[in-house]
Amino acid sequence: MLRDAALVAAKDLRIEARSRVAVNQVAPFAVLVLVLFAFALDPDRGVLVRASAGLFWLAVAFCALLAVQRAFAVEAADGGRDGLRLSGLDPGGIFLGKAAGVAVELLALEVLLVGGVAVLYQADLRGWGVLVLTCVLATAGLATAGCLYGVLSAGTRVRETLLPMLFVPVAAPVVLSATRAWEGALAGVASESWPWLRLLGVFAVVYAAVGTVVFGLLLEDA
Amino acid sequence: MTPALRLSRAVVLLGRFPALAGADLHVERGELVHLMGPNGAGKTTLLRTCAGLHNVADGEVEVLGIDLRRTAGRRVVRRRVGLLGPNGFLYDDLTVAENVRFALKAAAVDDATTKADGALRRLGLAGRLRDVTVAKLSTGQRRRAALAAVVARRPELWLLDEPHAGLDADGCQLVDELIYEAVTAGATVVFASHEAGASSPFAARTRQVVVAGGEVKQGAAVRA
Amino acid sequence: MTGAKRTLGVVAFAGLALTMLLGARLPETEEQLAYSRLIAVHPPIAWVAYVAFGVTALASLLYLFPATRHRRWDRIAAASAEVGVLFTALMLVTGSIWGKPTWGVWWVWDARLTVSALMLALLLGYGALRRVTPDPDRRAMLSAVTALGAVVVVPVNHFAVTWWRTLHQGRSLADLSPSRNLDGQYVAVMLLGFVVMTLVYVWLVWQRVLVEKAEDERGEGELAVAIEERRREGVTVA
Repeated sequence: MLRDAALVAAKDLRIEARSRVAVNQVAPFAVLVLVLFAFALDPDRGVLVRASAGLFWLAVAFCALLAVQRAFAVEAADGGRDGLRLSGLDPGGIFLGKAAGVAVELLALEVLLVGGVAVLYQADLRGWGVLVLTCVLATAGLATAGCLYGVLSAGTRVRETLLPMLFVPVAAPVVLSATRAWEGALAGVASESWPWLRLLGVFAVVYAAVGTVVFGLLLEDA
Repeated sequence: MTPALRLSRAVVLLGRFPALAGADLHVERGELVHLMGPNGAGKTTLLRTCAGLHNVADGEVEVLGIDLRRTAGRRVVRRRVGLLGPNGFLYDDLTVAENVRFALKAAAVDDATTKADGALRRLGLAGRLRDVTVAKLSTGQRRRAALAAVVARRPELWLLDEPHAGLDADGCQLVDELIYEAVTAGATVVFASHEAGASSPFAARTRQVVVAGGEVKQGAAVRA
Repeated sequence: MTGAKRTLGVVAFAGLALTMLLGARLPETEEQLAYSRLIAVHPPIAWVAYVAFGVTALASLLYLFPATRHRRWDRIAAASAEVGVLFTALMLVTGSIWGKPTWGVWWVWDARLTVSALMLALLLGYGALRRVTPDPDRRAMLSAVTALGAVVVVPVNHFAVTWWRTLHQGRSLADLSPSRNLDGQYVAVMLLGFVVMTLVYVWLVWQRVLVEKAEDERGEGELAVAIEERRREGVTVA
């Protein structure tokens, strides 16, 4: 199963390297989102700085949606899930591979967004250990939950609108926890972040487990 | 030896529509079968069902001795069968070579790279086209790439949906050669094609089966 | 069976009317004035909303395990989710109305209210998924998995939002519950409300399950017809 996961992840990342969708489309979109937030919340009143953690994670959540959409659109180019089923790959491995691919893309985007938040919002970034750990755990959660709902909606005709509807309520606690964890670190009180990090970890583990077990069932049935 | 295909009053639903409405078909190993019939007859669904892609709503479907009514059976069959679909199950952003290699590695075939190269050479894709992304290929070239992926895997059962479609005269001849080679080597080949003369180089060996209205109208059983 | 269902329906709705009547006749409290009467309906509605969610989750789990897989669990899960949408929405509305005079605003980011809003979103997503999946078996499978995903998220939501709100000691639904010196009659009406709402829930779900069952059976009848028509397509050939 892990071998298949590595194969799928490598394939997805190679496709990304070739087509550069994340680089050419999602990354600029992410930065634009940060800019839009600045328009909506007047930068002069210090609101942006105080809200930077939250705005960062909001932007990440939007990027996660796009990354998952793309991950399954790639397969849908011909016959939806048929290609994956015919390949003979282990379904649990496909799930982990897809989630890993999405996670890697998200982490790269987060690096960009961190820069964006530091520069555009003049956020003072501290407590890097917690910041990075939060990114890792939250990304794992978003990627695994995203791929689970991604394959669910990939089979329907209304894929583009159904995925957000299913994914957003599930991503909400991740955004909440990640923001609070970041705020703990930024305020210099890293100990406050621990409960949030634990919650993020639980979320990621549970969704990874559920997804691995259930992905096979979801791929079946034409 | 168990027959390659055995369908008995098979019913396959696509949503609510009965694409196969009680199809019977018996194919022995090593046979060469040509599915004919009007558009919408159910030929594609028949091939896809035998590849393990569809649930069997009613009746029996056995491929290479494996019961396809169970999910586990369908999963096993997919690895042992080579299906050529209308679009070829290729990734647009990968090159021809990468696509074929991926298909082989996914199917856990040893020596993936060597076998991929061999198949590409056979299909005339070993030159410049080897490293072109699939999105840039013409229809005929895509067909060849898709065929390469099937050929490289050397499955026991070949299910080809319109293999000649979009190919030039050379390509069609190549397809015929490949089919003939496969059958000679002991594989079973079932292909759907509108061209009545598609099987002419080996018409004597080919069994014609007519599919219409979700059923097999003629040629369901092996010739005595 | 229909007799039992009808009796249940009569009892449930009569009880509902009674509860409303008794609730309306409860005296006003000093702080909450007329709105305190909502104690007759809001906590019971909230309780049923949680029950509905739980039933959907449990029925979905039962459907997913091969040993207990049966279409009836899918029907129950779907029916409970639909009724759950109604009750969750009502819960939010009654909670909001109840809180307005005390809080001065229509909404506060209270832990329970927020988690309930998220639950409503999850239930709506479940419903949307069901509507776009025509094949009954696939629909049952997808719904069951979605319900499972939702069940996993609810405790996470609960912890996250509760911790979040305790950081901010804001106003909450807890402000409304008159815990101390609670007059016996309030409690009595509220308890009646619990019982009555549960009965209403059961009746609604029962109705919905029967409708689903009838639709399923009609679908199967149509299949035989469809197969015949399909075969007739091929008659002119050969």
